[in-house]
Amino acid sequence: MSGFKMDRRGLLKTSAVVGAGLAMPTIFTSAARAYTNEPTGGSVTLGFNVPQSGPYADEGADELRAYELAVEHLNGGGDGGMMNTFSSKALKGNGILGKKVEYVTGDTQTKPDAARASARSMIEKDGAIMITGGSSSGVAVAVQALCQEAGVIFMAGLTHSNDTTGKDKKANGFRHFFNSYMSGAALAPILAANYGTDRKAYHLTADYNWGYTTEEAVRNSTEAMGWETVAAVKTPLAQTDFSSYVAPVLNSGADVLVLNHYGGNMVNSLTSAVQFGLRAAEANGKNFEIVVPLYSRLMAQGAGANVAGIFGSTNWHWSLENVAGDRYAGTNAFVQSFGAKYGFPPSQAAHTVYCQTLLYADAAERAGTFNPCGIDEALADYEFDGLGNGPTLYRAADHQCFKDVLVVKGKENPESDFDLLEIVDVTPAEQVTYDASIFGGELGSCNPGA
Amino acid sequence: MLGLNKKDAGLLFFVAILLVFAPFLLNPFPESSSLAQFNAGYPDLMQRFAIFGIFAIGFNILFGLTGYLSFGHAAFLGAGSYASVWMLKLLTINVIPAIIISTLVAGVFALLIGIVSLRRSGIYFSILTLAFAQMAFALAASVLTPITGGETGLQTALNDPRILDGANETGNIPSPSLFGLETGATWQMPVGDWLFTFNAGYYMCAVMMLIAFYVSLRIFSSPFGLLLKAIKTNQNRLNYTGVSTRPYMLACFVISGMYAGLAGGLMVSMDPLAGAERMQWTASGEVVLMVILGGAGTLIGPVLGAGFIKYFENIFSKINKSVLEGWFSFMPEGLQDIFVTILYPFVGKGWHLTLGVLFMLVVIFLPGGLVEGGKRIGKLFGRRKSKDTETGETNPAPAE
Repeated sequence: MSGFKMDRRGLLKTSAVVGAGLAMPTIFTSAARAYTNEPTGGSVTLGFNVPQSGPYADEGADELRAYELAVEHLNGGGDGGMMNTFSSKALKGNGILGKKVEYVTGDTQTKPDAARASARSMIEKDGAIMITGGSSSGVAVAVQALCQEAGVIFMAGLTHSNDTTGKDKKANGFRHFFNSYMSGAALAPILAANYGTDRKAYHLTADYNWGYTTEEAVRNSTEAMGWETVAAVKTPLAQTDFSSYVAPVLNSGADVLVLNHYGGNMVNSLTSAVQFGLRAAEANGKNFEIVVPLYSRLMAQGAGANVAGIFGSTNWHWSLENVAGDRYAGTNAFVQSFGAKYGFPPSQAAHTVYCQTLLYADAAERAGTFNPCGIDEALADYEFDGLGNGPTLYRAADHQCFKDVLVVKGKENPESDFDLLEIVDVTPAEQVTYDASIFGGELGSCNPGA
Repeated sequence: MLGLNKKDAGLLFFVAILLVFAPFLLNPFPESSSLAQFNAGYPDLMQRFAIFGIFAIGFNILFGLTGYLSFGHAAFLGAGSYASVWMLKLLTINVIPAIIISTLVAGVFALLIGIVSLRRSGIYFSILTLAFAQMAFALAASVLTPITGGETGLQTALNDPRILDGANETGNIPSPSLFGLETGATWQMPVGDWLFTFNAGYYMCAVMMLIAFYVSLRIFSSPFGLLLKAIKTNQNRLNYTGVSTRPYMLACFVISGMYAGLAGGLMVSMDPLAGAERMQWTASGEVVLMVILGGAGTLIGPVLGAGFIKYFENIFSKINKSVLEGWFSFMPEGLQDIFVTILYPFVGKGWHLTLGVLFMLVVIFLPGGLVEGGKRIGKLFGRRKSKDTETGETNPAPAE
């Protein structure tokens, strides 16, 4: 061991380092911005954080298509899509506040950790002023918390858990999509009308926050009308083979299977249930039925003929305006411009993220700033129309949108690959509205960051 | 100096310089150039470099010295993460208790797993550690949901008790800080077209990594380290000569686990969230890759390997189709499409593919990892007398 010796050279080096260290604070231009990532040039960057791998990759891919379309429309390209039907006319097709819209993309991998890393790099490296996307509530809650901390806006993509705007709500986060509570409230009357009020239900639930709240919502609303819940089993999100979960269902005494699954999970579990002959089976003297609380066309496509006759709820469907009339104006405009660009109709995931992008742009335009607190104010109790869901309210108390909910059924005889769901009923917004305080949580105050 | 020989002191100095000047070294491209895509000098990634550097250094103490391949090291990272989130929730938002507790919890966890797993060696040891880590993952992901938050992950919340801190009146969740200095605090220094970012959290991680690296240097050159190397060379022979290797192995395993716990604690201090997937076997495999890629058994190798993999994960995965189209936009339409089509599978979500190819190339042509590559380049160009000053430990023997 040699002692700590200091020669002339070492002393010089050390003092140079110390000197530089002392001088440091004076040469930093300590971020003289009014808020995080204030755009200073002629462009503004949005961060599209979507699952490109994992069980929700299909949804992620469709979200990305819709984002690209929205950016094109905001910058004045294409046919303008829903900008033409949107009740607010603040958007001029010249970007947002005159700045050209640019974007960066990232992969959430449907994992909160990875999603946050991806969002952080967008904020810190690419200077994104707003983060949006995601197809999982676990991810949405994690990224929303990050955005709150970093001082940027989070426009949630497809996230259906009550938690996102319930117990984990944040002032910087906004959700256009509906939630589990609304699904339960909209589905229950339809289920009662079709399957009766003395059913016994067996739940298979995805093991994360979305699964929990969906199970809870469906249980509460079905039990209120007389159903009984036999069992509720949690399944891992990464599960691909559900046969061991489906096998015990038939002998459990239940006569309805509720699949609180989404995306690839639902495709696999439903296929498994059909292979086990549940659709053809009888229990308690009734036909065995399957219910999927959250439906999407992409899932119906993945599950193929297995979805025929199965009830579920959805945020939006491309045939909505044709079926339910021009209260839902905007639907056809969006379907047309999406179809013209990609050759097939958009999914509900694509629709909600397109709306979110437009709503953000519009809020910035009306507020005259990208400052998160300005956006917050512009969206507070904001009422709009023409985005395909009819008249909609962005509630200030929890940053949740309230609009009509669709109850859909898998078509028995689909005419095309995309025409897989038929709209059974449109539940009016008033019927699914709830008090903002029932889920707890605190919104906090808007955080503009730096 | 500091009880190190000249070679090791030089190495420590080299790492210190790298860490101090990382914000400059990692941002070599001007902001406005299209190559800015490859800049890595932003806080999140720099923090990750340092944190996974610590993780890999710790893993290398076990794998590099004794040749015991643990396939469950992520469990310690995860345990440390959860412990420190709970500290941030219950005790104080100051990161010091979180980091200390995370290291200790991981150490205890490693002791328990080590006592069982170290009864076996070779492949059986690997499988045992893998099994324990998968058990830990399954527990964290579903059974222990009240403690770990399940697949949603564990986060800090507005109404956490934080008994050492005063009442929170801001209406926002406080960010982790070191005595008031938030780990997210960032200063920027524009120099011409370059923008250099200095982040408090990064320098905190860098200091921890330097300490971790110093401790690993001391372990490598200590009699304890020598004995661990002897275990790698021939454990039976040691046993026959009357040396009980178990306590040494256990100590080594626990130290290595504590390194992982420290990394977990730092991760949480930079970003207060812990998810179960941090414990998954893929995360355990990643640190094995880092160490082998960099050069197992070398001192600096694991750090390089960690940096290499994190760079790919964060930079290559961000290159999307429109970026590629931008690069080749100078070409005629058809040619551009061809190039984009060929390259697209290797970037964006296909970054694993590129990493896999590079990993294969390294293992086949440079069995000693990146460090061996550096040595060979050094031999080609340099006529320096001590070629291994930058590589430290010699003999990067392949794993058993």
